[in-house]
Amino acid sequence: MAGVRAAQAMRRAGFDGVITVVGDETHTPYDRPPLSKAFLVADDPSTAVRPVVPDLDSLGLEWRRGRSAVSLDAATLAVTLDDGEVLAADGVVLACGATARRLPGTEDLAGVHVLRTLDDAIGLRADLDASPRRVVVIGAGFIGAEVAASCRTRGLDVTVVEALSLPLGRVLPPDLGRWCADLHRAHGTELRLGVGVDGLDADGSGRVHAVRLADGTVIAADVVVVGIGVIPNTQWLDGSGLTIDNGVVCDATTLAAPGIVAAGDVARWRNPLFGESMRLEHWENAVDMGVHAGTRLLAADGDAEEFAPVPWFWSDQYDRKIQLAGRCDAGDSVELIEGTFDDARFVALIGRAERLKGVFGVNRPAVVNRWRQHIADGISWDDALQLSSG
Amino acid sequence: MGFKVEVDYDKCESNAVCMAIAPEIFEVRDDDFLYVLNDTPDDSERPRVQEAVDRCPKQAISIAEL
Repeated sequence: MAGVRAAQAMRRAGFDGVITVVGDETHTPYDRPPLSKAFLVADDPSTAVRPVVPDLDSLGLEWRRGRSAVSLDAATLAVTLDDGEVLAADGVVLACGATARRLPGTEDLAGVHVLRTLDDAIGLRADLDASPRRVVVIGAGFIGAEVAASCRTRGLDVTVVEALSLPLGRVLPPDLGRWCADLHRAHGTELRLGVGVDGLDADGSGRVHAVRLADGTVIAADVVVVGIGVIPNTQWLDGSGLTIDNGVVCDATTLAAPGIVAAGDVARWRNPLFGESMRLEHWENAVDMGVHAGTRLLAADGDAEEFAPVPWFWSDQYDRKIQLAGRCDAGDSVELIEGTFDDARFVALIGRAERLKGVFGVNRPAVVNRWRQHIADGISWDDALQLSSG
Repeated sequence: MGFKVEVDYDKCESNAVCMAIAPEIFEVRDDDFLYVLNDTPDDSERPRVQEAVDRCPKQAISIAEL
């Protein structure tokens, strides 16, 4: 996504040179958000697959599909591919994404899935179509929550296992995490919170049949979906000369080194709006940062602008559209400004000390997007509370 | 040459990203539906409408040349 958006931005800016796109997947680049939702529940999953941008074919891109880059020399801007081809370039966009984390030792077990790529989704869909007796989702993050919701929509029995005491416990204040937990339970998803996974048991044919929890419980399961985060794809950049620290480290303009920009899940940069180093895995960040990075690559250093977004994402779970704008953590204050946690729709502000940091909305997208602008404006927590009551 | 804003309402999920970019053109109301307030905006609005097209999570908005 970020790479194609960067290419699109450069074409729109009038760049008519060669743009070569390297990617290890063989599919036409596709949009990922539907994979955990519509792709798993639609009668015909192919209706949920769409190209990453509608004008992909008109961008004049040269493809190296099904190929991966194995090294980069930051000094000469040479990229070496897995088949030995060396691409010489005047500029490099690093949009190599991230890989889903797996449970060690489960790679070869049938019935155990991660969900990141279209091939992952095809494999999971096939297992769900086989009417499993129970699906266990490991990790109550957004991917886990969406997969659980999709399984419930299909009428499957689902258990979500989460090591933290609340869903999204690292990124949401407890009131909101509790709401997420209640949403699961209200839709018949069983939750096992605050307990880790000891291991998976397989039957004689090498297929998973149970999940063993740290407290000794054993949950029978035909399908296991592991949603425990991602690892940025930076291993191939060891020795490149770039700074790697849980992502490719860029400056505030997305520049990682002269002639090299990074964007999307793989990029870490200091967001001047929050004064904080970030690496975001949201769809919209891949879009916006890709455009910014492509533009940055063509700009003179003196004209380069800082990338200062208010992070935003949505998650569709059951019949709810959840949106979070901003940046928050477990210790922040929460103030309901519309509705209550028992309502089908509500909006809560999230802040701490002097600052409005985020807005969390359920089925209230317009309100969330309005408050997103206030976050961008950097208004104080007191002003935010006053504004919401006036 | 002017242009027309087109929305595929089968795809639209009312994420309201377009409304944040161009509130004079796109409005998501309390009924959760998107309303296009002006489907033939002035050509000077083209960059903002293009941004709404590009950032729509559902690829539900398009520009038709008139």
